[in-house]
Amino acid sequence: MANLTQFGNDLYTGKKSVSFVGKRRLWYSIAIVLMAISVVIPLAGGGFNFGIEFRGGSQFQITGASTVEQQPAIDAVQEVVPGEVTRVTTVGSAGVRVQTDQLTDAETREVAASLADAYGVQVADVTASFIGPSWGADITEQAVRGLLVFLALASIIMALYFRTWKMSVAAMVALLHDLVITAGVYAATGFEVTPAAIIGFLTILGFSLYDTVVVFDKVRENTGELGQQSRYTFSEAVNLAVNQTLVRSINTGVVAALPVAAILFIGSFVLGADTLRDISLALLVGIIVGTYSTVFVAAPLYAQMREGEPEIRKTDDRTRIARGEAVV
Amino acid sequence: MARSTPAKKAWRSLTWLLVIIATLTAVNAGGVLFSNGSWTPKLALDLEGGTQIVLQPQLGEGETVSGEQLTQAVSIIRQRIDAGGVSEAEISTQGTQNIVVSIPGVPDQQTLDRIESSAKLEFRPVLVTDAAATSATGEDGADASAAPSDPAAPPLESTPSVSPTDPSDLNYVTPALLDQFTNFNCDDVDALGLNTAPADQPIVTCDDADSVKYVLGPVEITGENIADASAGLSTNSQGATTNEWGVNLNFDATGTEQFAAVSERLFSLEGARNQFAVVLDGRVITAPTTGGVFTNGEARITGSFTQDSSKALADQLKFGALPIGFEVQSRDTISATLGSSQLTSGIIAGAIGLLLVVIYSLFQYRLLGFVTVASLIVAGVLTYLVLAIMSWRQGFRLSLAGVAGLIVAIGFTADSFIVYFERIRDELRDGRSLEAAVEAGWKRALRTIIAAKGVNMLSAVVLFVLAIGNVRGFAITFGITVIIDVLVVVLFTHPIMQLLATTRFYANGHRLSGLDPQALGAVYRGRAQFRAPVAAAQGKKAAGGKEAARRQTIAERKATEAEKSFEDASTKGKKS
Repeated sequence: MANLTQFGNDLYTGKKSVSFVGKRRLWYSIAIVLMAISVVIPLAGGGFNFGIEFRGGSQFQITGASTVEQQPAIDAVQEVVPGEVTRVTTVGSAGVRVQTDQLTDAETREVAASLADAYGVQVADVTASFIGPSWGADITEQAVRGLLVFLALASIIMALYFRTWKMSVAAMVALLHDLVITAGVYAATGFEVTPAAIIGFLTILGFSLYDTVVVFDKVRENTGELGQQSRYTFSEAVNLAVNQTLVRSINTGVVAALPVAAILFIGSFVLGADTLRDISLALLVGIIVGTYSTVFVAAPLYAQMREGEPEIRKTDDRTRIARGEAVV
Repeated sequence: MARSTPAKKAWRSLTWLLVIIATLTAVNAGGVLFSNGSWTPKLALDLEGGTQIVLQPQLGEGETVSGEQLTQAVSIIRQRIDAGGVSEAEISTQGTQNIVVSIPGVPDQQTLDRIESSAKLEFRPVLVTDAAATSATGEDGADASAAPSDPAAPPLESTPSVSPTDPSDLNYVTPALLDQFTNFNCDDVDALGLNTAPADQPIVTCDDADSVKYVLGPVEITGENIADASAGLSTNSQGATTNEWGVNLNFDATGTEQFAAVSERLFSLEGARNQFAVVLDGRVITAPTTGGVFTNGEARITGSFTQDSSKALADQLKFGALPIGFEVQSRDTISATLGSSQLTSGIIAGAIGLLLVVIYSLFQYRLLGFVTVASLIVAGVLTYLVLAIMSWRQGFRLSLAGVAGLIVAIGFTADSFIVYFERIRDELRDGRSLEAAVEAGWKRALRTIIAAKGVNMLSAVVLFVLAIGNVRGFAITFGITVIIDVLVVVLFTHPIMQLLATTRFYANGHRLSGLDPQALGAVYRGRAQFRAPVAAAQGKKAAGGKEAARRQTIAERKATEAEKSFEDASTKGKKS
């Protein structure tokens, strides 16, 4: 780990430098390819695996089951409602989740009793839910509205804080990149899209922008010091800033990802808590991609947008000439 | 001089932090001792087990629900649930149109039916009334010839001996009914399920305040036939407005017809039988006397109304029948076992996550990592107290989504420290002494932290305002942690750093301190002796002094002569 400190020193001084801005064509290409894959997968693979909250239906969950075999559940449902299509999944080590189409109240009670019997638990340990098809859609609608308002407000606030709208645009593009890729991961892994996953998505927004703000603050600081006779062109100053905060980016990414990875692991494999698992997958992917996109997408994009400004071009040219003269 | 000021400031900040923690603790202790507060935050249904029902209004194309209607519906549903003896039920609105009913435990079918059925507003003629508080002696207007109940005689006649001719017919009051009435206790009203009592039979019930009990005839008009109800001041016969509040009632066509017939009959009767009771969910909300025959479908209820009470009655009449039907959008029963296992999962995941963060911090920042850990602990304590107080005062419930918000917050909170530490290291790399680096790094870090946390806070606020259900629970915990995070950085982490900077261990940059200037590449010549920031080194950039003067001197120079070793640069620096 001491190496990371050394690495940080070298990055800070510029001894080592990753060319985030210079090789932007490469980074853009990677981002575009990843995004394209993320769009193609759901299109080709039949879309997202929407949770019962979006489809509607009845759901039973059995805790502390004596067995996690699926057949008893299917039989138990068939007993009450012959011909019913039943989806059975194992949750954690001793949990079974059974999903059916919407059942009546009476059927629900019977199925719950029959499941309790089949898995050797008390009826009280069988959780029964019924979800109307509009439930998930409602939450999503609200979430999308929240998302749009948040993006608009965040853009304005960032533009005001950094005194340039170009940082807002760069941050938003990176954010879009994060969301598309996270959605792509959901499609690729077949994880259920539940309201909890939607919460995860919304948090990514916060994280992605948060991370970008931290790095951009350093960028602002460095580029703000560029004077008439700077040794750095604008892009170089941006690149140095990103490199100088790289250790922070890595540390933050790791520290933010560790607890989330713990939730994902515990939620999916050990204890079985759907909500935790659904939130954490979105978050884990979002944190990794969000940290990545700040340095590989947002920063180069911002440098590129500003480079073209006449003022900056003039300064850059002067810097290059001065440097050229000095070299020769 | 520079030595004592930061330390003093640091102690002041730490004192403030102590004051805040002590205040929060005291507030919560007060809540526990003198009110129904608790040392643990209350848990939401998904962690505690229970049933959550989301009711959605059934609306036609283009119809909307007004906030007023929704509030009315919530209070009606609350009355119904309370009637079922279910304690601690929570009914709230969600978004602009949904109603969420949360009940601990698993409710019986009867309670569920009661919640899901629509409210029933009925008009029934009064047959017999009596004060409920006193034991039954001499009923007003009651047929005194009705056989008094005899304890010895087992089954009383419950079928009218003479078939009643109209709903006001006292023949409805059978000996059995009278006996029930005589011994009637208003506490029983709710248990009787009068909301679902047959419409063609008489009932025994009480008024809202449990002060009067009634025997009522069969239903004559139902709430559906009310077109409108409004509160207003009465006008006298000259058309001038009087100071008396009343409720104006308008019936629709069917209601008008029915009401004309009823008022004609009741107007001719005397005593209690002149009264016409309005029954909401089995309880009499008002039983005005009939002062005339109303044929135009407009009636006016007067009495000792205030503006508020007339408005309340008008609302009950108008919305009492829940003009908008509600359908169950989702019903979620979570067993207590599942709830507690989800909570355990959350806590274990949080603990593991925290442990990993601690290990990583110690690796990265050596003993400085303990500052991170201590800061996280302080943040944890504050968060816990705030959640406990919020669940006491604001009815906040910690849900699984909220737990996720808390766990995620570990990372975000730790990041504030990382940003700060990295800034300090940057300043050290620039050759500042630790104390100076802490102060200079702090200024820059604070700005970044506040800007970045601002974005986080914005997302929490937007989610809270616009989103519903679980998303909201998440937004609350997330928002709280963002605020506490900033508080901890300002009042704990920074002061601690200021104090540590004065200790030899850190100031001398011990290898394990995480702030070893040598490891950080700073020029260091022994305690408190640092090479002064080098002035222009290379000829080619000698002119560029102004822009690089203050801080990036070394760093930038190194960038340009990337291959030079550290010693090289330092000697060159001395030369110039």
